[in-house]
Amino acid sequence: MANYLTFIATIGGIYALLALSLNLAWGTVGLVNLGLVGFFAVGAYASAIVTAIGVPVVGGIVVAMLAGVVAGVIVTFATLRLRDDYLAIVTLGFAEVVRIVALNERWLTNGADGISGIVTPLRQTLGGRGFDLFYLGLVTLIVVIVWFALRRLDLSPYGRALKSVREDQELAAFAGKDVMRLKFEAFALSAAIAGLAGALYAHFQSYVSPDHFQPLITIYVFLAVTAGGVGRPIGAVFGAYAVVAFMEATRFLADLPFLEPVQVAAMREILIGLSLALILLLKPTGLLPEKTPKATVQP
Amino acid sequence: MLSAILQALLNGLMTGALIAIPAIGFSAIFAVLRYPSFAIAGYITIGAFAGWTLNVSFGLSMEVALVGAALVAALAAVATEQTIISRLRPSGALTAAIGSIAMNLVLENIVRFFYGNDLRGYDVPLVPDVRFWGLRVGMQQIETLIISIIVMAGVFLFLTRTRFGRAMRAVADNADLARLKGIDPRKVSFVAVALGGALAGLGGVLLGADTSIDPLTGFRILLTVFAAAVLGGLGSIPGAVVGALSIGIAEELSLLVLPATYRGAVGFVAILVILTFRPRGLLGERAL
Repeated sequence: MANYLTFIATIGGIYALLALSLNLAWGTVGLVNLGLVGFFAVGAYASAIVTAIGVPVVGGIVVAMLAGVVAGVIVTFATLRLRDDYLAIVTLGFAEVVRIVALNERWLTNGADGISGIVTPLRQTLGGRGFDLFYLGLVTLIVVIVWFALRRLDLSPYGRALKSVREDQELAAFAGKDVMRLKFEAFALSAAIAGLAGALYAHFQSYVSPDHFQPLITIYVFLAVTAGGVGRPIGAVFGAYAVVAFMEATRFLADLPFLEPVQVAAMREILIGLSLALILLLKPTGLLPEKTPKATVQP
Repeated sequence: MLSAILQALLNGLMTGALIAIPAIGFSAIFAVLRYPSFAIAGYITIGAFAGWTLNVSFGLSMEVALVGAALVAALAAVATEQTIISRLRPSGALTAAIGSIAMNLVLENIVRFFYGNDLRGYDVPLVPDVRFWGLRVGMQQIETLIISIIVMAGVFLFLTRTRFGRAMRAVADNADLARLKGIDPRKVSFVAVALGGALAGLGGVLLGADTSIDPLTGFRILLTVFAAAVLGGLGSIPGAVVGALSIGIAEELSLLVLPATYRGAVGFVAILVILTFRPRGLLGERAL
């Protein structure tokens, strides 16, 4: 049971990073990334591939974040000038293309079989149990660092500029903000965080395959951010842990009588979809709503 | 080589005609309600399974299956819109889009709950392909093409010759001006969503008759439908047709040089290219 809880908490931390990533793009600057899972997959594969040829894990994580940024550039260079719904469509397509590439480029990704035997840092020295605890600590620490950094960013003038773009692009541009650049930078940073989450996932599971990166994960993260509070980093973190806990709790429903396993799975997904729609409808600010700082009085 | 290219063009035309139906549905919803509906995938899947139930479980003809699928999918679309998405639209197009992706998950899993994940095929007679000039075309493809042309003609007549159709175009063109003229935007939205859902449902049956169906049928075709709509110009109905034909042909031509598994990526690349060079699409964003 303790092992299981450690596992859930680590996965929760990885989802928290994904939620922080989405919250930066969607909650802060207003860019909807419906292909978040694609960036997550790019990071996971990038780190798995480079650590397999001898790069240390820290290097793999850096490569994963850079790969996330490159992927972010690919999807944004054509779309950021346009209305935001184009980005939603393109990002959704991007995640699909990542899956297609991962399935087909066997020389790079080993296709549907996936990459196994990914380096798990310090597992040899710490043993299985020790590794699990160490990794939980590592992921949690990174969540805290990223959360703190994004909170600082939120409160900084730069963060306010990002939020002004979300609220009214034309006004922000009129006030002299370089809207394109702000959007571009925020999306790239958000993609880097998703890549980081991917790398942490790969080195935790020690195995990645295209099946790990279903479009459903993006919806879980949207639910996490919406439930926690769009635009507030702590809300995203809280929402991510809550969604993972909810998903795991409903796993026990699999023993329901009269229902096939596929029906139980369908019911869980209906529940996820309905929760997202209903929170958007009834409590769009989430459990921990964004705090709008009062304007400072000019002396 | 030449005959391979001609065959690819012919196949592309057939695929394009099939994609055009749900793409027109997507564009009709976008033109009037101004949000990209990801739930169109769910409407396609629901239509495909409604048609399958009529065709296989009840042994009815394809014509009945088509009409039934259109009705059921239109009903699903209207119910989704009225209960959830219409209430999200005041918060902006992106919120409505996210709501539609959530509702897509719900619709897809309602189908999964009742039908499971198995692949199912329509009960269509196996007829040998028609051959001419060294080219080959399946009877089912010809039927799909004819049905698509009839449906498209119907949609164009509806939009140009009926009061509701004209009202829809007026709202798409300028919603405020249309309201001043006494057009009730709620009625028009209702018709647009019902039309969009019905077309998606028809597309689902045509897809099912062409290959086979499962709960992910709609989601798998979604990117291609989006590509068609973006290529033609978001919200433009003739654009959706032109975009669908272009995507169909591009997909088939790409198969000459790429492995078939990359077919799904063609739509994505097409979207990126068109947005880079001609962001308003081939025909611009006017509804009709």
